[in-house]
Amino acid sequence: MLNSKDLLGIKELTEQEILLILDTAAGFKDIIGRDIKKVPTLRGKTTVNLFFEPSTRTRTSFELAAKRLSTDVVNFSVPTSSVVKGESLLDTVLTVQALGADFIIIRHSSSGAPHLISRKLRASIINAGDGTNEHPTQALLDAFTIKEKKGKIGGLDIAIVGDIAHSRVAKSNIYCLTKLGANVRLIGPPTLIPKEIEDLGVGVFHNMEDGIRDADVLMMLRIQTERQDKGFFPSTEEYSKNWCLTSDRITLVKDNAIVMHPGPMNRGIEIVSEIADGPRSVILEQVTNGIAVRMAVMYLLAGVKR
Amino acid sequence: MNVLIKNGHVLDPSQGIDGPGDILIEAGIIKEIKTGDALARDEGAKRESGSGASGIRTIDAGGLLIVPGLIDMHVHLREPGFEYKETIRTGTLAAVKGGFTTVCCMPNTSPVNDHASVTEFIIRKAKQEGHCTVHPIGAITKGQRGEELAEIGTMKSEGCIAFSDDGQPVMNSTVMRRALEYSKAFNVPVISHSEDLTLSEGGVMNEGLIAVTLGLRGIPAEAEQVMIFRDILLAELTGGRLHIAHVSTAGSVNLVREAKKRGINVTAETCPHYFSVTEDAVRGYSTNAKVNPPLRTSRDVEAIKEGLTDGTIDVIATDHAPHHADEKSRPFDMAPFGISGLETALGLSLGLVEEGILTRNQLVERLTVNPARILGLGKGTLTAGSEAELVVIDEKREYEVKAEEFLSKGRNTPFDGRVLKGMPVFTICKGKIYEW
Repeated sequence: MLNSKDLLGIKELTEQEILLILDTAAGFKDIIGRDIKKVPTLRGKTTVNLFFEPSTRTRTSFELAAKRLSTDVVNFSVPTSSVVKGESLLDTVLTVQALGADFIIIRHSSSGAPHLISRKLRASIINAGDGTNEHPTQALLDAFTIKEKKGKIGGLDIAIVGDIAHSRVAKSNIYCLTKLGANVRLIGPPTLIPKEIEDLGVGVFHNMEDGIRDADVLMMLRIQTERQDKGFFPSTEEYSKNWCLTSDRITLVKDNAIVMHPGPMNRGIEIVSEIADGPRSVILEQVTNGIAVRMAVMYLLAGVKR
Repeated sequence: MNVLIKNGHVLDPSQGIDGPGDILIEAGIIKEIKTGDALARDEGAKRESGSGASGIRTIDAGGLLIVPGLIDMHVHLREPGFEYKETIRTGTLAAVKGGFTTVCCMPNTSPVNDHASVTEFIIRKAKQEGHCTVHPIGAITKGQRGEELAEIGTMKSEGCIAFSDDGQPVMNSTVMRRALEYSKAFNVPVISHSEDLTLSEGGVMNEGLIAVTLGLRGIPAEAEQVMIFRDILLAELTGGRLHIAHVSTAGSVNLVREAKKRGINVTAETCPHYFSVTEDAVRGYSTNAKVNPPLRTSRDVEAIKEGLTDGTIDVIATDHAPHHADEKSRPFDMAPFGISGLETALGLSLGLVEEGILTRNQLVERLTVNPARILGLGKGTLTAGSEAELVVIDEKREYEVKAEEFLSKGRNTPFDGRVLKGMPVFTICKGKIYEW
């Protein structure tokens, strides 16, 4: 059983809750691999996808997860909604709830937006990415993928490379992987790794070669090219020269190491195509696993007593 | 209004009074203050002649503390322009509830108080509707844009007692230099809102581990310190009178301490929230703890207290910044900065006495004579002949802060539910007695 009706972040979960979600997801992965991919588990429930930031991948993944559990799904499209008329976030979500939503999947540019609405709503809130805070289902699907590939998470050396400071994916993964006992290393330029982050129990490397040596798992993050305008690094060329996962650098990791990326990728900037499409890459399996993990989250949240 | 306040303990740092005393107020003026021997003689005489003159209300202040009306040199009354947040009437009512009889309002209204006509409006409105005395602080620059100086001389004649672009720093160092130079002609202090906007850009709370774990953009202490250091250097260069608003960091306290040692003409204030609460209050995305400068660390809180003890920090001011509940119920990064501070300031400040950080006398100095001296106000005193502005405090009374009961329109406080000790029971100002 999960302790809360909402999934706001990995921070808020215990190790046991994370493991429960991963175990439950394994069952759902079997189901979505079948010819008939749908179960009637949540028939009669309503899911609203409330995305205040553009997203195709995550929104589609949640939509499929919700549909395979037989909930009705509505995509609340922000550009055509009253939000553009200046409606407040709380008014918007109260309206969505009044329409009968049982699950509200929210993505918002403000950190803490899901926390704010969760206090005011009976519906289950699932954080699909809030500002630079968390993206919990991404971390759960990453953990699921690692566990599937490596058989365990505890004790693995896992390197996360890129813009840690602005990445909610990195934050959720740090919480998730450290709770599950992995050794997490962060790699990137000092401008993109907050110095306080070491207090979360992770190692910090600015030299890519040092950081990825003998790693079991490499997680590459998308570099937002607009960070260059704010002076976080001088050019994408220089970024790549120092922190791109190249064919030379990949020789430093363990022989059976896997390479992950939450997408969308900047090929040639943070990862070269030879690796993204190569034998170590589990990038497309991450996408498939995302549906199973999101089904598990919704299924478990539906069972939480109010 | 004729009142006799008897049996209280009078504390008036301006006259060095700290003992039992009676105060007689006639027609809103302090007629007589009797302490020590005079009081003893008086007691003897009374026993013979019975009660005093008729038509005089007697307040028995036995067990209570009587101090000059508190002066808050940093408030936002929001009028004109943002009356939905606060008005001169509600803001000054909150002030007298909090023990303040004088408040100085910052110019970031709409329109900005960068012109004598706005100053005149505020003063007129305050005379009509204000519960306490209001002194406007004029903008340093037109529209608070940090470019051209506002008409400091004319605004002073109209009633502005200091100048600040509060809410915004004067980013251009030459403009700040000119402000410090020019204001010397009118002998008015320039109040620095010290924030390097390029360092604080996009920040919504203190930079550090908590900001990282909440995914909120941090504001480093250096954004404040860089500007304090710049303004201290400019004060040294120009000989102008510099006052640093809302000091929040350990580094800032050190900078001001050093500057004072070097004899530079600088004074400083801090606010109750900077010595009563840390950035921890932001956890849970509590927008009521969103304030600029941001709540800092326990190390900073300790340094602020040291600065208060050794006199580096001259003044406690509230930076009362009321906002509407709708605005504070936005996501954290979109909510406005500010704490509604007038009604919790005294209780929080008395906590410093309880803790042994300040003596009672030092605390009252930082809330009365010191701001009066910096601003050139002949106030903060119970001298016979002065206007009766005083507050009677029950130091032992404990109470729970209830934001929904604030008289201010702004209920944005991180102290809701906190138990404070010491509250005003009477505030006397503008010829009226407020009994709480």
